[in-house]
Amino acid sequence: MPRQLREVVFVDGVRTPFGKAKGQYAETRADDLVIKCIRELMRRNPSLPPERVDEVAIAATTQIGDQGLTIGRTAALLAGLPQSVPGFAIDRMCAGAMTAVTTTAAGIAFGAYDVVIAGGVEHMGRHPMGEGVDPNPRIISEKIVDPEALSMGNTAENLHDRYPTITKQRADAYAVRSQAKTVAAYEAGKIQPNLVPVATRSAEAGWGLATTDEPVRAGTTMETLAGLKTPFRSHGRVTAGNAAGINDGATAALLADEETARELGLPIRMRLVSYAFTGVEPEVMGAGPIPATEKALAKAGLSIEDIDAFEINEAFAVQVLSLLEHYGIADDDARVNPYGGAIAMGHPLASSGVRLMTQLATAFEERPEARYGLTTMCVGIGMGGTVIWENPNWNGNTTEETA
Amino acid sequence: MNLDSLLERSQELASDAERVTEAKLRKVSLPGGRSLGLITLDNGEDHTKPNTFGFGSLLALNTAIDEALADDSIDAVGITGKPFILAAGADLTSIQSGGPDAVRTIAELGHAVFRKLGEPGGKPSFGFINGLALGGGLEVALHCTYRTVMDSAPALGLPEVMLGLVPGWGGAYLVPHLLGADKAVTLLVENPLNNGKTLTGLQAFDFGLADAVFSGADFLEQSLLWAAAVLAGEVVVHRAEVERGDVWDAAIARGESIVAAKTGGASPAAARAVELIAAARDADRNAGFAAEDDALEAMSKTPELIASLYSFDLVQKRAKRPAGAPDRSLARPVTKVGIVGAGLMASQLALLFVRRLKVPVVLTDLDQERADTGVAYVHAELDKLLAKGRSSQDKTNRLKALVTGGTTSGDQPEHPFDGADFVIEAVFEEMSVKKDVFTAVEKVVSSECVLATNTSSLSITEMAADLEHPERVVGFHFFNPVAVMPLLEIVKGERTDDATLATAFGTGKGLGKTTILVKDSPSFIVNRLLGRFMGEVAKIADEGTPVPVVDSAFAGIAPMPPYVLLSLVGPAIALHNNETLYRAFPDRFYVSESLKRVVEARKTSFYAADGAIDPEVEALLVKPASPVVKTAAEVREQTLSALADEARRMLDEGVVAAPEDLDLAMITGAGFSFWNGGLTMLLDTSGISERVTGKRFH
Repeated sequence: MPRQLREVVFVDGVRTPFGKAKGQYAETRADDLVIKCIRELMRRNPSLPPERVDEVAIAATTQIGDQGLTIGRTAALLAGLPQSVPGFAIDRMCAGAMTAVTTTAAGIAFGAYDVVIAGGVEHMGRHPMGEGVDPNPRIISEKIVDPEALSMGNTAENLHDRYPTITKQRADAYAVRSQAKTVAAYEAGKIQPNLVPVATRSAEAGWGLATTDEPVRAGTTMETLAGLKTPFRSHGRVTAGNAAGINDGATAALLADEETARELGLPIRMRLVSYAFTGVEPEVMGAGPIPATEKALAKAGLSIEDIDAFEINEAFAVQVLSLLEHYGIADDDARVNPYGGAIAMGHPLASSGVRLMTQLATAFEERPEARYGLTTMCVGIGMGGTVIWENPNWNGNTTEETA
Repeated sequence: MNLDSLLERSQELASDAERVTEAKLRKVSLPGGRSLGLITLDNGEDHTKPNTFGFGSLLALNTAIDEALADDSIDAVGITGKPFILAAGADLTSIQSGGPDAVRTIAELGHAVFRKLGEPGGKPSFGFINGLALGGGLEVALHCTYRTVMDSAPALGLPEVMLGLVPGWGGAYLVPHLLGADKAVTLLVENPLNNGKTLTGLQAFDFGLADAVFSGADFLEQSLLWAAAVLAGEVVVHRAEVERGDVWDAAIARGESIVAAKTGGASPAAARAVELIAAARDADRNAGFAAEDDALEAMSKTPELIASLYSFDLVQKRAKRPAGAPDRSLARPVTKVGIVGAGLMASQLALLFVRRLKVPVVLTDLDQERADTGVAYVHAELDKLLAKGRSSQDKTNRLKALVTGGTTSGDQPEHPFDGADFVIEAVFEEMSVKKDVFTAVEKVVSSECVLATNTSSLSITEMAADLEHPERVVGFHFFNPVAVMPLLEIVKGERTDDATLATAFGTGKGLGKTTILVKDSPSFIVNRLLGRFMGEVAKIADEGTPVPVVDSAFAGIAPMPPYVLLSLVGPAIALHNNETLYRAFPDRFYVSESLKRVVEARKTSFYAADGAIDPEVEALLVKPASPVVKTAAEVREQTLSALADEARRMLDEGVVAAPEDLDLAMITGAGFSFWNGGLTMLLDTSGISERVTGKRFH
C-alpha cells in the first residue's frame, strides 16, 4: 500500500499554573490537574468533535496513586471525552510530555492518528522523585550507573565540573534573568493565555483559585541567591536558587495531521520538523540536550544557525548554559527562553515538555521572522530530548535581515 | 427580634454538641481583575456527614458574610461547599435540644444571615451549588443574586414538608418570586409528598433553580470564570418573567388539590406551605420572611413534626439496623437460589432475586412446561427493562442466563436445586402442601441450605416441625408487588437458628428490602394490624354505616380508603386473611358476611369504574334490620381504638421488639403516613392509646 508521510502540527497547548510542592495544590489530585487541561483544550477548540480525538497520551514519572491507573485513559474518561477515545500512560522522567508528543506525532505521521492529545502531569508534593523506586542492585555491584546519577542535583554539580567556565556566578546570573523575564512576561500578559485556572481545595482555608505560577520569585537578585546553600556539595555551585524547584502541575497539547487540522478549522501554530532523544552518561544527565540537539538538527538537515527561537528546560541553570556554551550562544541571548523558564515557573517533571512547546508557539506568533525553533530538555538517568519546530507564521525574512 | 439580640440569643442557644459547619472566607482574584469573597462551608467531615446549619454554623456564616461585605477590596460574594456537598439543611438535632424559643430564634437567625447575600443594592452574590443542597442548603443559594449548579449534583430540593416543616429560611418566599407559584408548588409541596423526590443538578438547572450548569470535572473553575464574566457584563443572565395573575391562583388551587389528595388535610405543613406560596405574591421580603418565621414556629409545635422526625429516624436508621437481627458475620453466602413454584408470585420473586443478587435462580414446578412459563415471564420482564433503557443488553443477557426452570420429580441425575443455599417456596397457602414441599427439598439440598417460606399466615414452627433440620426454616414475607414494596417481614420460628436468621437478614438487605424481625405468630405484623383494621371497618359497614362514609374516615392515615385498598388487594385474599385471624382470635377479629358474598359472587372491586359503589355489590351487602349509622369521626375513633388494642397485644405477646417496629412496618408495608409516625405515634397523640390500653406506646 502506498504510504504518504503526513505533516504533524501543534494546534494548541495549555497548562495549569504550576505550584510549589505542599503549596496551592497540596489538596488537589494530580489526575484532576491534567483533566482540567484536557477540558480546556476541548473548550478552546470547539470545532474539534471530541470523538475525533484518536489518542490521549499522558506522561507521569511516578505512575502510582492519583498518577496511576493508566492515567491517559482514566483522565480522558474523567474529562468527559467519549468512551471510544483511547488513552495510555507514558514515562520518560522529565521528558514525559515531550515523549507523549513525539510518540503520538509519529503515529500521526504514519497515519495511525489524525488528532491526539499529549500531555503530562507531576504532583511532586504527592509523589516526590524516587517514590517507591527499587533500583536494581547491579547498578552498584556492576557499576552500570554511577550512584550519583540518581540524585539530579549531583549530576548538575558534575556538569559544572565538565564545564569549568560555568561558574556559580554565571548560573546565578542566569537564574536572576529567568525570574525577571517571567515576571515581565506575566506583566505583558504573555503567560496567562496558556493557563487554565484550577480551583484549589484547602480544608483549612476553603476553596481558592490558582491563576498564576506559585514558584515565581519576583525581585530575585544576585545577592539573594549568593547566600543560598549548596546542598549537593559543600562549596558547590548548585542551589535551590539556580535550579527548578519541587513542583506540581500539568500540561496538555493538541496535535493533528495538518490536513485534518485544516479540515476541522483548527489553528496551526507549529509544524513538527524533527525530533531526537539520545543517552549520555547518567551522572552528567544535564549534558543530554547537546547530542540530542545535534541528532535532531542532523535529521532535519539544519544547523544551529538556522534556529531562531529556543525553549530550553531550566532544570538547572548549568544545563542551559552548557548547551549555550557548546553552541557559542550568549548566556543572555534574547532568542533563548524569552519568557523565563523552569527556574522561575517550576518544573513538574513529566509535564514540562509541553510547556516548552506552548511557549515556543507563543514566541513564533510574536516573531514571524523566526523560521525554526527548538524545544529541548535534559532527562534523568542520562538522556536528552530535542524537538525542532517550524513557524507557520514565518514571513520569509531571516532574523539577521530584520535585525 | 433585632439583629443584635438575635445574635446574642443564638450564642446562648448554640450547643457544644453541634458539629459546626464553618464558613471559610477566602479572597479569590478573578480573571479580569475583580475580587470575589468565596465562602466555603465545611464541617470538617467527609461527604458522608453533610454540612448542616445549627446556631453555631449560622453564626459562623454571619461572620464570614459580614467580613466579605465590609471588605472594600471584595467586589462580590460567593458561597460553595466542601467537595460534593453544599449543605443538607438545618441541624435538627441541635435545634431540638435548644428549648422553647429555639425554633423561632433559628428561623429568624437563618433569615437574618442568608438575606445579607441578597439585599437589594448590596454586593452581587453567587451561589455555587457544588453538590447536595437540601432545605436550608438550597435556600442559602436561593438568596444569592446568581446561581450555578454542578450537573451531577445528586439531590437538590426543599423536602421540609415531608418532615412536617416548611421551607422557612426564604424558600417559600424566594422560589415563587424566582420561578412562579406553580414551580414553587412542585418544589415545596408536590415533590416532598412524592416520597421526598429531589432534583439532580441538571434537572434543577432545567427547572430554573440555577442560571448556569457546569460539569463536575471543573465545576468551580467554570463557575468562577462565569461569575467574572457576569461581573464584567460579558454574560447577562436572563430569567423568565414570573406571572402573577390567574396563573398564580391556578397554581395555588393545584397545590391545594395535591395536599388534599396526598394528606387529606392531615399534614398541617403541606397546607401551610401552600398558604405561604399564596401569600408570597403580594408580600415584600420582610413580610414574606416573617410569614415563614411564623409558619416554622407554628409547625414546630405540631405533633406531626415530632412524628415526622420519628418516622425519618425509623426509615433512615432503624431500617438499616433491624432490631433483634443476629450479628451479620453469622450470615452464610447465598450463591444459588431455588424457588419452589413457578406461578406469578414465584416468578416475581425470581425476577427480584436475580436482579438484586445476580446469582443462579431456579424455578421449579410439577412439570417442565409450568417451570418454563415462569422462566419466560422473568425473561419477558427483563426484556421490558432493556426496552425501557433501564438495563444494557449485556446485563440482560447475564440475568437471563441465570434464570432456569426445572421439575421437582424424584428421579433426575441432577436435581435443579443442587448447590442451592437458599430455597424459598411460593406454593399454595396450605400447611400440608408446604410441609410436603420442604420435606422433598430437604432431601436434595445441603443441611445448611436455608428453607424460606413466603407464607403470609401459616406457622413457621409447625412448617419446620417434621424436618430433619428445622433450624434452617425461616419466614420471608414479602408484600405485593414484591418489586415495589420495601417491606420484608422475617419470621423466626421456635427452632430457627441464628445463622439462618442472619442469612435471611443478609439476603433481605441484598434484595434492597427493609427487614423487620417478627415472632412466629398469626399473620405477623402488617396483615394482622390491617386485618384488625379491615375487620373493624367491615363490622361497622355490616352494621349499617354506608361504605362511602367508612371510606372517608381515614384520610391522612392510610394511603387509600379501606374499601379501595380491599379492592386493590383482592376481596378473596382479604377474606382469607380475616378468616385466618378469626380462627386465631375469634373474640377480636371479624369475618364480614358482606365480604363473603362479594367473594362468592367473584366481584373484584367494591367500586365501579365511575367511582360509585358497584350496584351489584351494593345489592350483595348485608342490610341490618336496625342499621347503626356512624359518622366518619366515630368510624375513625372506633377503628383506631381497635388498632390500639391490637398493637398493645402484639407488643405484650412479643411479636416485635418495640412499637418502632410496628410503625416502620406500617409505613413501609402498608403506606401508613410518615407525618403520623406510622401508627403508634398517632394513637398516642390522639389520646387513644391511653383511653383504650391505659398507657402510651412512647
